[in-house]
This record gives sequence, structure tokens and C-alpha cells, in this order.
Amino acid sequence: MTTESPDNPPSSHGVGHIVPIKTLVATGLALLVFTLITVWAAKIDLGDLNIWIALAIAALKATLVVLFFMHLRYDRPFNGIIFVTSLAFVALFISFALTDTKEYAPDVDTGNAPRVVEALDELQQ
Amino acid sequence: MSHADAHPDFLRHHFHTPKQQFEAGKLGMWLFLATEVLLFGGLFCGYAVWRGNHPEMFKYGSQFLETKWGAINTAVLITSSLTMAAAVTAAQRDNRRALVTLLSLTLAGALVFLGIKYIEYSHKFHEGWFPGMKFYEKPDLQHAKTWDHSKPIIGNEPFTAAAGATGQASQSAAPTRGGPEAEPSTVALAAIGPAGLRPGALEPPQPAHDDHAEAHTTHPLQDPQRPRNAHMFFNIYFMMTGLHGLHVLGGVLLLSWLIIGAVKGRFSAQYFTPVDLGGLYWHVVDLIWIFLFPLFYLI
Amino acid sequence: MTTNEVTTPIESEPARETNYLNATTGIMSWLGTLDHKRIGVMYLVSVLMSFFVAGLFAMVIRIELMWPGETIIDQDTYNQMFTLHGAIMVFLVLIPSVPASLGNFVLPIMLGAKDVAFPRLNLFSYYLWVTGAVMAVAAILFGGVDTGWTFYVPYSTTGVDDRGAMDGVFFLTMAVFVLGFSSIFTGLNFIVTIHRLRPPGMTWFKMPLFLWAIYATGILQVMATPVIGITVLLLAVERTVGIGIFDPSLGGDPILFQHFFWFYSHPAVYIMILPPMGIISELISVHSHKHIFGYRFIAFSSVAIAIFSFLVWGHHMFVSSQSPLLNVVFSAITFSVAIPSAVKVFNWLATLYKGSISLNTPMLYALSFIFLFTIAGLTGLPLAVIATDIHLHDTYFVVAHFHYTMMGGALTGMLGGIHHWWPKITGRMYSEVWGRIACGLVFVGFNVTFFTQFVLGSLGMPRRYHDYSGPGWAQETTDLFHSLHFVSTMGSFIMALGFFLTAGYLIHSLFRGRRAPANPWGGRSLEWQCPSPPPVYNFAEPPHVGDCYDFSVLEWDEQEQGYHWRRDLAHDAGEA
Repeated sequence: MTTESPDNPPSSHGVGHIVPIKTLVATGLALLVFTLITVWAAKIDLGDLNIWIALAIAALKATLVVLFFMHLRYDRPFNGIIFVTSLAFVALFISFALTDTKEYAPDVDTGNAPRVVEALDELQQ
Repeated sequence: MSHADAHPDFLRHHFHTPKQQFEAGKLGMWLFLATEVLLFGGLFCGYAVWRGNHPEMFKYGSQFLETKWGAINTAVLITSSLTMAAAVTAAQRDNRRALVTLLSLTLAGALVFLGIKYIEYSHKFHEGWFPGMKFYEKPDLQHAKTWDHSKPIIGNEPFTAAAGATGQASQSAAPTRGGPEAEPSTVALAAIGPAGLRPGALEPPQPAHDDHAEAHTTHPLQDPQRPRNAHMFFNIYFMMTGLHGLHVLGGVLLLSWLIIGAVKGRFSAQYFTPVDLGGLYWHVVDLIWIFLFPLFYLI
Repeated sequence: MTTNEVTTPIESEPARETNYLNATTGIMSWLGTLDHKRIGVMYLVSVLMSFFVAGLFAMVIRIELMWPGETIIDQDTYNQMFTLHGAIMVFLVLIPSVPASLGNFVLPIMLGAKDVAFPRLNLFSYYLWVTGAVMAVAAILFGGVDTGWTFYVPYSTTGVDDRGAMDGVFFLTMAVFVLGFSSIFTGLNFIVTIHRLRPPGMTWFKMPLFLWAIYATGILQVMATPVIGITVLLLAVERTVGIGIFDPSLGGDPILFQHFFWFYSHPAVYIMILPPMGIISELISVHSHKHIFGYRFIAFSSVAIAIFSFLVWGHHMFVSSQSPLLNVVFSAITFSVAIPSAVKVFNWLATLYKGSISLNTPMLYALSFIFLFTIAGLTGLPLAVIATDIHLHDTYFVVAHFHYTMMGGALTGMLGGIHHWWPKITGRMYSEVWGRIACGLVFVGFNVTFFTQFVLGSLGMPRRYHDYSGPGWAQETTDLFHSLHFVSTMGSFIMALGFFLTAGYLIHSLFRGRRAPANPWGGRSLEWQCPSPPPVYNFAEPPHVGDCYDFSVLEWDEQEQGYHWRRDLAHDAGEA
């Protein structure tokens, strides 16, 4: 039962796509390398750029996981559509909420929260 | 029954072919993963809002996390994801021994991850770096080795003046807040003074992005550079990694169940759906950590 | 109604022998069932029971407001009453109402499948619903909840120290968490069923429109509900452990809570209204015996509404200091939701045009849906305009508006659906005369109750007020509001009478009703091709699928009191 034809016929036999171990190991190694790169990149102070670099590397790693470990590259496109849709909704949610809070946060944040102030007062006695 | 082929045992009555059943399961799992993404999406939104509005909180708080442990855990999860993906391939190739081995390795990875998380959490609790209001409780002095008795707790707010001082809370430098019950004993703290007047005795240990390899010598409460509401970092950190940890725990149960099934020989090249779906779940747990790691540890 | 003469010849029909109701017996055969039909029936019973409880709370509120001053309950009880009324109606009744009960029953049969894709998950989500209901009861026992069903943050995080963290609010938020997952699994199940269990021939555009509506609802359930899950989870953690990001006294952001909450709860409104819209599409077409007009437009408008619904949550926050830029964006997108909604209404009207309309109970409900939903939609517009919303926000105008959508829309649609599929579910016919009377009572009572509230709201009566008299209230205002509230409460009594009547004749029909034929209304979709009640696995063979709105192939059989295939057409597939 080693290799069936990779794109399986619509029979009931051998469902799903078999991803060779070699591909998986290569993906895993790439992920580990990217982890090292991101740790190293974080040590260089690039100001605001750091977070975007870190996120870009994380997104790259995530793409690798999704495409190869999770078989999305070989899967029905609709499964991918679902996943991308969920990410799009998260992006929508974050961007709207962030747009809003960015606008009012500077006006309302003027110090420690009331219960923090209380707790600190208590501690200092 | 007009089905061309016989109904195998694993095929449930309302499906016609194993392929139909497999694809239904897979679609269901992907939809479930979408809900997981959105569940964590809420937390990522909370992160984004605080990080966007209070970057100083994260720069500061991140010093209390050890990149070493975070990086090791990332490697552990990636490796266990790899073994999981390989387990699916083994199941598809009817290699039962490899399946059991690879699933067990995956489970081991999950347990190592949880172990490291336990080390990290217990270290933080030990030091009194709690989430929520417990952050502002004086730690048990006998156990907290880095709590410096000689250093007082700093309750002032370095950012107050800069913020424009409109709200009530803004005028809340500790001594003035004594208010009605103003205790003379708090006078000593006045020496610390408001923002900017840092006495040399309270020199903060190191700049923010020094690579926090060794533990802090003071509790954040003793640090005059502590940003206001510093506990919020720990709130978000514990909430996100905690929920992620619960998912890892769920993964442990799932993997154990899969191992039992694999040992009993329930899975084959024709029927490996549970292994495949369990794998998808496990990869999403990995995926979320891939984002949590840089967002908390690498600031 | 004397129906016994007709019953006797049909009673001995052999098709009755085994169906899903009598195939197995005993309480355990129900509690452990994996049959989507039985799960649907259990959902229906449970949801209607919750509706009764929440309806009682509503009556208490209405009676309290009949006279100025304290009438029957004090302020705190009043706050708990409207909170529980809202929370139970939303989370226990409206969210699962149509999809989980009627949808569960009808969807696989309409599709031509034997069951939903994941029967065990289906049962599990029912038990999640039960768990949620038990936790809601626990919330009442542990001191009640007075935050409003929205759990807005300063309300839902204060009072922790006084009453302990494990109080009503904690239990109710956790109930919402559990109920959310019940809803997610239902939606997930339906999406997979529609994608993967369609028999040969059942293409996407041959599906009845109800299935399109359920499909669009499924998308919402899967994509929006997790966010309320994390929201209430954060709230619960905030109350118990003091970790959280919403409570301002802990350093959190209460406006962020509103973003979190409405990111789910606005789409949730469409989880409630889309499936009833699907029911109405069926009802209008079947009971006017005419092909549905604009099939694809109705189908795609469901999906369009689902997508739009994610982009409008901010219109609940116009007065919450939300960014002006976002206000404008949200307002504009909110207007555009009117387009797909209107597409549906116009297509329904066009379907009715020159149809041979049977004015029976389901059709009456469908017509009252169109009327009430149109009012609901049009009164939504002044609330979507930022300027007028500032005047109308948190007044009875809003209360009336969402009752027109939720009750006039969602619930009327559900009642129509219950009456439409009652013969299929129970195998019995209810009394048509009483059905029409009850529908009329509900319609009249509803309008008297809630149209008055539009007036109250535009005059400035704020919502959630226990009293409208005393210091600060001019005597004329009190008198005016008193008379309007009085009329509104009278209307609610008429409505309650209508509901009790409905319950009465439906229960009566279970025991005394005429045996239902396979196809009493002349429906063409697949569920009318199997006997009433259906057998356990619905179809022995995958049924033949045709155009589910082509009624020309059916003819009325006087003896059977139902429709069947025209004898002059050689029809080989399905059950005739």
C-alpha cells in the first residue's frame, strides 16, 4: 500500500492525499529555521519595524503549516476558503476595533485604574 | 441498497461512500477550526488594542518572560506538529507501528510543552507576577527570592503629567490620594516624588529591551519605571497563553484517545479520518502558538 | 370542528405503521436518539417552553408599566425581569428557534438525505442547549441578573465584591458560552450536510429556499458565535479572578466590550431572522400554488444579508463615543442591508401576484410576516441615521423596532413554519378555524402592543425604566405615557390570548386531530414526498429531485384530503 496514484480517483478507495514524509520533514526544518531567524531578528532594535517583521515571519510559518502539515495545498479549495474567511473576519474585527480605540484611548487614559490606585495605596501603608 | 460497494463497518448509515464521509468530516473540522481562529481572534483583538495604545506596557512586561523558554516551546510544538503530520501519512500507508510511535511522540511533545509552561507559570507566580489585582498584593516574602525588602513599593504614575491630567485618576500620586484618612506614615513615600524625580537609590535595573535572560532583581511594584496599569500585560499574557494551554490539554486527551485507537488497530488506509482530524486540530494549536511566541516573548 | 367522519377511512392506512415517532418507544429512545427528526422535536418543545417562561417575564414587565409608580414589582425585580426576558428570548429561544427545531427536522428531508452529517454532534448540541438552560435557571437561583441581556460592562462587572463572584451574572454568562457552542455545532452540522449530503440531482439551485436561508445562517453561526464565546469568557474571568480587559476599574476598556459584544450580536440578529425568511419563501410559494418569483435573487440575498451583517455592528454604538469616522461607515453599510431585505419582500409580493392563494393559517402568518417585517425594516432606517439615532437611542422606539423584527419577523415566521410542517411532524391536522382566529389575535395584539411603543419612543420614553412618574416628570408627560403604556399592555393581553389559543388547539390536534395526508398543502419539496410522519431514515432510496416550486405536477385528492402526483403524468420516482 505504498503509493497510489497521487490524485486519487473518485472511488471509495484511498481517500485523501498522501503527503510524503520528505516534504513534511523539509517543512518542519524550514519552520525551525524561521524560528531561529525570528529570535535573532528580535535582537536587532528596529523600532516599530520589529513587530511587523516578527508578524511577517509568523505568517510565513503559519502558511507553511497550513499548506503542508494541514494538507491544504492538496485539499478541496473550499476548506481553504473557510479558513481564509475566518482570518478575514478576525482582520475586520481587529481593524475596526483598533481604529475606534486609537481615536478615544488618548482621551480616557490618564493614569492607573481606580482599583490599581486603591491597591497601591493599601500596599504603601 | 443500490450502493456499488458493500458498506464497510466504519461507514455510517447516512453516508454512501467512505469518501463522502471523509470529506464531510474534514469540512466539519475546518469549520470548527474557523471557530477556533475566531475565538482566539477576540483575544488577538484585545492584544492589538492594548499593544496599539500602550506599547510601553508590552515593552516593559515582556522583560519578565524568558525568550529561552518561549523559543524551546516553539521548537517543541513545531516538532510535534511534524510528527503529527507524519502520523497521518503513516496511517494512510497502513503502517500501524509507525502510527503509534509518531502519535506517541506527538503526545510527548504536548506534555513537554505543558511542562515548560508549568515551569514558566510557577516561576511567575513565585515572583508575584500575577494577573489581575493580585499583581498588586505584596508577595509572600519568604518565597519571593527577588523581592527586595529594602526597596519600597512605588505607586506613582510616571505618565500622568504627560497624559494631560484631565481625569480624576490622573491626580492620584500616592501621597495626595491619602485624602480624608491621610496617614502620616505615607509621608516617607513623598521622597520618591512624582514622575521624573527618581532618587538614585531606586535606579532601575536595566533598559527595557535588554534580553531578559536573568530574572529581575526587583518586583515590578518596586520599579519606578513601571508603566501605569502594568498588570494589563500579565492579564493578556495569562489569558492568551492560558486559553492556548487549555487547548494543548485538550490535545493531550485527543492524542491519548488516538493512540488507544491506533494500538487497537481501528485505523487503516481506508479509515484514518480521526487521525487526520485530530492532526488538523493539533496543527491549529501549533499555529496559534506561532503567533503568540513573537507577540509576547520577542518584544 | 368535527373531523371524525373523515378520519375513519384513513386511519387504517398501512403507511402509518412505522414512522420516526413509533419506531422505538420509551423515554430513553428519545433522550439518546440520533434521529434528526426526534432531536428537532425535542428542540421545538424545549424552545417553546423557554418561550413561555420568557413570555411570562414580559407580561410581568407590561403589567408593571401599566400604571405610573410601583405597580407589582420593585425596581430591582424589574431590572431582573427585563434582563431575563431578553436573555432567555435571545439565547434560549430565538437563536435556536428555527434552525435547531424546524431546521433540524426539515433540512435533511428537504435535501433528500437520511440524516444530518453528524448525528451525534447534533444530539450533543441539544444537550449543550439543555446545559445552558440549566445554567440560566441557576443564574436566577443565585441572585438573578440585572445587567440587561447585553451584559454591558460597568453593569456586569460591578457588585462582585458584595455578592461574591459566583452569582447570577457568572452563571448567565457561562450559559451564553455553552449555548453559543450549541449554536455553532448546529450551524456547522447544517453547512456540512448541505455541502456533502446532497443526493444526485440536488444541485445548489434546486434546493428549496429554506435551505439557502439555513445555509446562510450556518455561516453566521460558525463565524460570529465564537466571538461572543470569548467575550463572555473574558467577562466571567473578570468577575472571578479579576483578569480581564473590559472592566474600567481594573484598567480595562468598556467600549471594547461593546465592540466584542456586537461583533457577534448583530450577526445574531440575522441568525434569528434569516431562517424565518426562508420559511416565508416556502410558505408564500406553496400556499399561493405558484412558482417562487426570482429564486436566485432570494437565494443570493440570504447570503448577501449574512455577509453585510458582519459589517454593521457599530450602529449599536453611535452614542458610545465611537469614532465619528466609524459611525459614518457603519451607518452607510447599515443602509445597504435594506437592499437584500427589500429584494426578498418584493419577490414574495411578486410571487403572490396572480397566485391562487389559500388563506389558511400558515399563509396568514406569512402575510403578517411581510407586513410586520416591512414596518420593522423601515423603522430601522431612522435608527441607522446617526442624527435621528441620537434622539431615538435607548427609547421605546428601539424596543418597538426590534420587537417588530424579532417577534413580528422571526417569531411570526416560526409560527408559520410550525403550522406549515405540523402535519408532517405530528401526522395530525390542527383546527384550521381556530388557527386563523389565533393568528388574527396575535397579529392584532402584536400591533397594538408594539406600534404604541413607536409613539412612546418618539415622545421620549426611555427603555428599561421601571417608572415614569415622580420628581423630574411633568404631570402631562406621566399621563400621556400612562395612557400609551396602558394600551400597549392591553395589546399584550390580546397577544397572550392568541398564544394560549394556539397552544390549546395544537395540543388538542395531537389527540383528536385528523390524520394528516402526506401532502396536505400541495408542497413540492421533498419532505412532502414522504409520508406524514416520515419513516426513520426518511428515504429508502435517494429520491428523485425536480423543481421544488413547480406545482403543476400535483393534483388535489378529495378522498385523501391532500395532494398527490397527477395521475396523467407517468411519475416513477419518489412516493406518490
